Amino acid sequence: MSLDAVFDSEEPAFVPYLAAGDPSYEASLEYVGALERGGADVIELGLPFSEPIAEGSTIQSAIVRALQAGMTPERYFEFVEEVDVDVPIVCMTYYNLIFQYGDSEAGPRKFVERAAEVGISGFVVVDLPAEEADPLREACDEFGLDLIFIVAPTTTDDRLDSMRERVSGYVYVQARTGVTGAREDVSDQTAETLERISDWDVPKAVGFGIKTGEHAERIVRAGADGVIVGSALVDIVAEGHERDEPVAETAEKLEAKARELKTGALRGVGAAVESE
Amino acid sequence: MSTDEPADGSFGQYGGQYVPEVLMPAIEELADAYRRYVLDNEDGFMDEFRERLADFGGRPIPLQRADRLSERYDTEVYLKREDLLHGGAHKLNNALGQVLLAKYMGKDRIIAETGAGQHGTATAMAAAYLDMPCEIYMGETDIARQRPNVFRMRINGAEVNPVTVGRGTLKEAISETMRDWATNVEDTHYVIGSIVGPHPFPSMVRDFQSVISEEAREQIQAKAGRLPDSVVACAGGGSNTMGAFHHFVSDEDVDLFAVEAGGSSLTVDEEEGVAPNSASLSTGNEGVLHGARTKLLQDGDGQIMESHSVSAGLDYSGVGPELAHLVDEGRVTPVNVDDDAALEAFHRLSQDEGIIPALETAHAFAFLEEHPERVGDLTIVNVSGRGDKDLETVIEETAKRDLDVAPDMSVFEQVGAGRLGSRGDRE
Repeated sequence: MSLDAVFDSEEPAFVPYLAAGDPSYEASLEYVGALERGGADVIELGLPFSEPIAEGSTIQSAIVRALQAGMTPERYFEFVEEVDVDVPIVCMTYYNLIFQYGDSEAGPRKFVERAAEVGISGFVVVDLPAEEADPLREACDEFGLDLIFIVAPTTTDDRLDSMRERVSGYVYVQARTGVTGAREDVSDQTAETLERISDWDVPKAVGFGIKTGEHAERIVRAGADGVIVGSALVDIVAEGHERDEPVAETAEKLEAKARELKTGALRGVGAAVESE
Repeated sequence: MSTDEPADGSFGQYGGQYVPEVLMPAIEELADAYRRYVLDNEDGFMDEFRERLADFGGRPIPLQRADRLSERYDTEVYLKREDLLHGGAHKLNNALGQVLLAKYMGKDRIIAETGAGQHGTATAMAAAYLDMPCEIYMGETDIARQRPNVFRMRINGAEVNPVTVGRGTLKEAISETMRDWATNVEDTHYVIGSIVGPHPFPSMVRDFQSVISEEAREQIQAKAGRLPDSVVACAGGGSNTMGAFHHFVSDEDVDLFAVEAGGSSLTVDEEEGVAPNSASLSTGNEGVLHGARTKLLQDGDGQIMESHSVSAGLDYSGVGPELAHLVDEGRVTPVNVDDDAALEAFHRLSQDEGIIPALETAHAFAFLEEHPERVGDLTIVNVSGRGDKDLETVIEETAKRDLDVAPDMSVFEQVGAGRLGSRGDRE
C-alpha cells in the first residue's frame, strides 16, 4: 500500500516507530507485527546508525541494542522482507548508511533500489536537510519512493519553501525543539507549525514527545493528519528487555499501547467534527 | 581573512551541512554571523578578537629555532610555539573567537565538547574571561586520562558533563553536544573544537586558527629570509593543521605534511568495529558524520568505527573536510606515525629542546625523526600544545614499553599502577 492511500482515508494515521532489530531480530519481528495489530497505518522502522545525533536517550539505547544484536543495512532489508505486515514501511535513518550502501561512488541510488525491491515506501533521513537531498530525491523519483522531511518549530520560511519543493508522502512535523523522547505534555508549538504549512498538499504527521492517547487526540484536534510515536513504544521494548519478559508479553503491551494511541487519534477527529 | 571558497562551505565534494532540521536555522544564523563579523569585520569584531588574542592570549607567539633538532636532522628546524599560547595549546585561538562571536550574536550560553580537554579548557577560559556560562561534554574515557584538564575546566567555572555511551571519547562527546544544541538552540552557541562539523564551522575555525600560519609566514621570512620548504603539523580533527597550513596553501613550493595517529596498527579490526588508529586521511574513506561529508573511519556498511590513539586529542574517527579536500588535490601529504614513535618523540623533544610537548604534537616530531629527508632544508613544525595534561598517560604508556629515549621510569611504576588502571583496563 502506498502512503498516499493511507492518508487518503478520512481517519488520522497512526505512525509508530521502532528500531529494527531491537533488542533482537526475532523479537523485533514480533513487535512490528504487534504494532500493526494495534492499529498502525504506517510503520517508521529505524535502520540503526552508530552516531544518532538527533535521538534522545531512549531511542539512542534502542539503536545500541539493535547494533549489538547484529543489525546491518542488509539484515534490515531482509527484516523488511520478512516482517508480516500489510501497512507501508518507512525507513528512518541517517544519511551515511544510505550514502555508503553498495558503493559510495554511486551515491544513494543503490540503497534506494534495494529498498524498493523489499517494498519500502519511503524515507525519513534525520541528518539530511532539503538542500543536500537532491541526489536522494532523484533516486526516490526513479524508483517511486517517497522522501519525507522534518519541519521543526525553528524552521524558517525560506527553508519551508525548500522543503515543500522536495517533500512527498507526508511531512513530519516536529512537535517541539529538541531531540526525540516521550514527554509528559505535548507542545503548543505544534498548532503553530501546522498553521504555517496548512496550504501544503501533503499530509502532516506530528511526532516528538507524544506519549498517550490523550496526546494523540490533542495533536489530531490541532489539525494533524497523522500522529508519530517512537519513544513511548521503545520504552516498552526496553522495559521488556530489562525485565527479561517473554516476547509475547512485551508484544501484547505494545499492541495495547498502539491501540490506545490510535483510539486517541480517532477521538481527535471526533472532537474536531463536534466543534465544527 | 579568507576567502574565495564557495558560500555553501563545500571543499570539492566535501563539507556541506548534514544536520537535523531543528539545527538548520542555528547553522544559517551562524553562517550569517560568520560572514558579517569574521569575513567583513562588522562592528570591528575581528579587531576586538585580535586585540583580545594579544592581551589575553599572549600573541604573537614566537617562532623558535630548534638547535639540537636542526643538528640531529641536518636541516633547519623552526618551532611555532603554540604551546606558549594562554592555556597551553592553539585551542584558545578558536575558543576565544567563537565565544566572542556568540556574544556578538546575543547568545547567553556556551556548550562545547572536548577530547584531550585542551579545547574544553580553552573554551572554559574564554567563557570565564568573557563572562558566559559554559558546559563541556567529555567522554568518560577521556576524563580518566586527562584529569588535569578536567580540573582546569572546573576551576574556570565550567560544568563538565561525562558522556558514557560508546567508548566515551571525542566522537561520542560531539554527538552528545549536538543533542544539547538541538534542545537549547535558541540561546546556546556550540563552540565546536576543530575544523569539523557543518558549514560554517570548518571555515570559521580555520580562519580563527590561521593566525598561526599568518604569523609563522612573516616570522620565517624575517628569521630565515625565505619561505620554508615544508610545514609539519599533527592532524586529528585538523584545526592546528589547517591553522599552520592556511597561509602557505597557495605557496606551491612549500610542502605540507599532516601527521596522523597511526595508533597501534593501520589494520582494522572489522569484528570489533575498531580502527586501532585515528588515521582517517591515510586510511579512511568518504562519508557523512557530524554535519559534514569528509573522510572517515567506517566499516563497509557505513557505521562509524571507534578510533584509537595514545593521544586523546587525535582520537577521532573523522577529519576536517578542507583537509580531506587538500589531500585529494595533492596539496597536503598525509603521513602517520604509531603510538610508540610518538612517545619516543615526546621524550626526545623534552630532553633535547626542553619543551614537553602534547602527545598530539609529539606525532609531528616523530615524523621528523622517521623522515628527516622529506622536509627539505628548512621546516616549520607546529608545536600545537604543551604536554602537562598528558603526563599521567606518558608515565603509564612509557612503563609498558622499552623506549630508547625514555628516562628510567621505575620510580613512577607504583604511581602508575595505583592511579591509572582505568585506561589500561579498556585496552
